[in-house]
Amino acid sequence: MNLTVNGTRHEIESPLLTPLLDVLREELGITGAKAGCHQGGCGACTVLIDGEPRRSCLMPVGYADGGEITTVEGLGTPDDLSRIQQAFIHHYAAQCGYCTSGMLLAGQAYIDRGGTGDEEAIQTALGGHVCRCTGYSKIVEAVAAAARGDSFDVTETAVGKHTTMATGGAE
Amino acid sequence: MATVSLDPSTATEVLRPGSEQEAIAAFGDGKDVLVVGGGTIVMPELTYRRLQPTRALLLKDAGLAGVTRDGSRVTIGATTPIEELVGLPAPIGPCAANIADVEIRSQATVAGNLCAGEGYEAPRGDLQGAFLAVGATVRSAGEGGIREEPLEDFLSKRRERLALSISYDEPSAGAFAGLDRPHTHDFTALAVSGARSADGTIRLAATGVGGWGVRLPSAEAEVAEIHPRVIDWGHVPRSAGDDPDGTAALQDVTLHDDAIASAWYRAKVLPVLVRRVLTEMKESA
Repeated sequence: MNLTVNGTRHEIESPLLTPLLDVLREELGITGAKAGCHQGGCGACTVLIDGEPRRSCLMPVGYADGGEITTVEGLGTPDDLSRIQQAFIHHYAAQCGYCTSGMLLAGQAYIDRGGTGDEEAIQTALGGHVCRCTGYSKIVEAVAAAARGDSFDVTETAVGKHTTMATGGAE
Repeated sequence: MATVSLDPSTATEVLRPGSEQEAIAAFGDGKDVLVVGGGTIVMPELTYRRLQPTRALLLKDAGLAGVTRDGSRVTIGATTPIEELVGLPAPIGPCAANIADVEIRSQATVAGNLCAGEGYEAPRGDLQGAFLAVGATVRSAGEGGIREEPLEDFLSKRRERLALSISYDEPSAGAFAGLDRPHTHDFTALAVSGARSADGTIRLAATGVGGWGVRLPSAEAEVAEIHPRVIDWGHVPRSAGDDPDGTAALQDVTLHDDAIASAWYRAKVLPVLVRRVLTEMKESA
């Protein structure tokens, strides 16, 4: 059995019924996908399998055999962030960050399918993802901005339509 | 068989059939076999060791997926992802669209949902109601070989059978009404499906009432009684008092009582959902 994770091929030794999440984190040491609830309810473990967003905690690794897996580590690098990662910084869409990798990958898959800035469509695409900080407005704004193809200054935080303070930080 | 391997951590023998024939052979009489369709229901059970099967059957490569049509007859393969049903006419499409979210629906299978256990928190298996309403039949394998039977009969024995496909005649009208689903629950606390077949027969079914999905024969009889000319339903002169109030459905169910919805609440809402389904079908007549 083998997986190609973020472009690198790995031979897999875990049993076929092991959740893909556990294979990524424990066998391969790739920790971008988070174990939130481990039962499919939160979306923190979502990765792309052949471009499609799937809960890695619910996916027997045997079903991903031979697949191309993208985790958040495959979206961009610290020096070369992807557009959606820049959007999340600019729109302040990550708070504690635990849901962020799943949100980024579901958002990226939505954009890759030709998704637009339509809020309702974004909410449907991210419908399985829980943010315990309840930062949904910012997350939807960030995905919408990335879907529109905006460019971002990641040294500045945007003033969103739900932001009440003009500067956002302590002065 | 494509692959047979031994899972060292749980001593589970994992079978990966490559065809329907191999799947039927591997399932055998179904004793001590865990069937994994998409995996969305059983994976948490395995992760938390609530399930420790001696054998597991991974069906992904068994060629059991796909939707086919022969005239008005629709046949849905057992491992067809639920997401593929979303565009179908009511009650099947709207019921499928109400299950979980797009990531889960794209992995979860139709037969996995039909065969869902009753669950720890609440009844689940939302598609059972919609398929009962359209009078679906299930083709399955197991002891005694392959057979096709009404979904009602299959549901009571679903642990002993390997579902292969489900078929139904496209109804002339259909409707689905369910309680809004809490974000973190993948199934509805209560839902009603209705369908009118080409000969005018009305079928109603509910999920979330307790146990698995059930037909609502008393509510169906109430409709037939009040509207004897059901075939001409859309054309019968009617007044507001004619509409069944849906309370007859309460005779057909033993209501579940749990943290999501009390039996009292379910008893209040079930007639409302029956009325909504009847109204929607009437308007589409």
